[in-house]
Amino acid sequence: MMTRVFSKPEKMSVYRNEFLFEIENLGLNSLSIVSIISLFMGAVITIQAAYGFNNPWVPLYAVGVTTRDSTILEFSPTIVSLVLAGKVGSNVASEIGTMRVTEQIDALEMMGVNSSSFLTLPKVLACMVINPFLIIISMFLGIFGGWALGLLSHVITSYQYIYGIQFEFIPFNVTSALIKTVVFAFIIVSVSAYHGYHTEGGALEVGRSSTKAVVYCSILILIFDFVLAKLLLVQA
Amino acid sequence: MIELEHINKHFGDRHVTKDFSCQFEQGKTNLIIGESGSGKTVLLKCMVGLTKVDSGKVLYDGRDFLNMRHKEKQNLRKEIGMLFQGGALFDSKTVEENIIFPLSMFTDMTVEEQIERANFCLGKVNLKNVNHLYPSEISGGMKKRVAIARAIAPSPKYLFCDEPNSGLDPKTSIVIDKLIKDITTEFNITTIVITHDMNSVMEIGDKVVFIYNQQKWWEGDKDTILSADNKELLDFIYVSKFLKELRARQGK
Repeated sequence: MMTRVFSKPEKMSVYRNEFLFEIENLGLNSLSIVSIISLFMGAVITIQAAYGFNNPWVPLYAVGVTTRDSTILEFSPTIVSLVLAGKVGSNVASEIGTMRVTEQIDALEMMGVNSSSFLTLPKVLACMVINPFLIIISMFLGIFGGWALGLLSHVITSYQYIYGIQFEFIPFNVTSALIKTVVFAFIIVSVSAYHGYHTEGGALEVGRSSTKAVVYCSILILIFDFVLAKLLLVQA
Repeated sequence: MIELEHINKHFGDRHVTKDFSCQFEQGKTNLIIGESGSGKTVLLKCMVGLTKVDSGKVLYDGRDFLNMRHKEKQNLRKEIGMLFQGGALFDSKTVEENIIFPLSMFTDMTVEEQIERANFCLGKVNLKNVNHLYPSEISGGMKKRVAIARAIAPSPKYLFCDEPNSGLDPKTSIVIDKLIKDITTEFNITTIVITHDMNSVMEIGDKVVFIYNQQKWWEGDKDTILSADNKELLDFIYVSKFLKELRARQGK
């Protein structure tokens, strides 16, 4: 199936329009959920870090360092990708699965369209392009959420937090997070599209495909998170 | 012309198409009839390559479809229009977008030309002011007509219709049948219709093939079908008590 997905598109302009549509459908429409999760994620990390570092030997700016590194290295790329696996993955699997059981994919094939490529390639590329932007927004909002809640709950001062998030900052951490995001985006769409495309039956099977897609995506994201962390961060 | 030679298809142990051979001529509406589960739709899907056959040949004007490479099959499919049982319209696209989709994909027509063609095809199926509606916003009969409009938009040489009248009232069924017949004659295409609707047979059956027990059982046309000397075919036609009584009264 992958060979057919990445074969030459029949008409570039049609694929470009589909790509732009998917940027909005799969990417921009996920912005609100990503923002809400990121704000609360950063806030909770700050509160828990402050609780854990309640020790005179640990400087308070360590809360900022912890929030920054946790958010950039793990929470934004991985947790947000897991959330997107639920939202985008189930969307892709159910959309393509429904097209399969209602013969819309057969209709595409009958027109001479490479259905696997037409239905999958624009979605894969759209997610691989837009998800890094979502994750960058998530990083900013996560760190902002930590700052805002840290101030509101008086667990840290603004100066200490900002000093903490600047302390020994390693720019490569952002790069590694974005590399992970691109890989996760590929996994989310390709695995979900595969399950949707191979749906057989009716509404019940579409539901099953959707569930399977989310489960497989989540497991693969966690496995690749480990592999990429080992590859990128140990070498760095 | 479409020729089928010794088509066989199994699903596991089940032999769903047995040694089916037939010729379907250009410019005629060729009907394949038979009971539910007799293998009509499987045969149709075998013809267009949506289901893989076990053995046999499908020739489109002499071109051996089953032995073509994938790319060649894709190219030949651009000459085929297909009306699916449920319409198979793209939910995410409007009526107009559904019709212009194959044109935007495979022709160099401008957007204006595509819209003009869509309007022409919608006119052919007697639909107006539905261009910007989504499939979920139109009735079953309208969906079928939009599906026909989409199928004929790229000017196909071959048209396949899988139970075009299923789920439609008798009046709309006649409209759809007439449309299929008119389009076939006007554009001189080879049309194959799968149906179990006897009204369709009597309206548009230039050629009729009856499938029984997963094989070709009878072949003829609408003028000879009622007088055919074939018990299974007559049982299929005169299925209701009313028709049986009517036939008995006519002394046949």
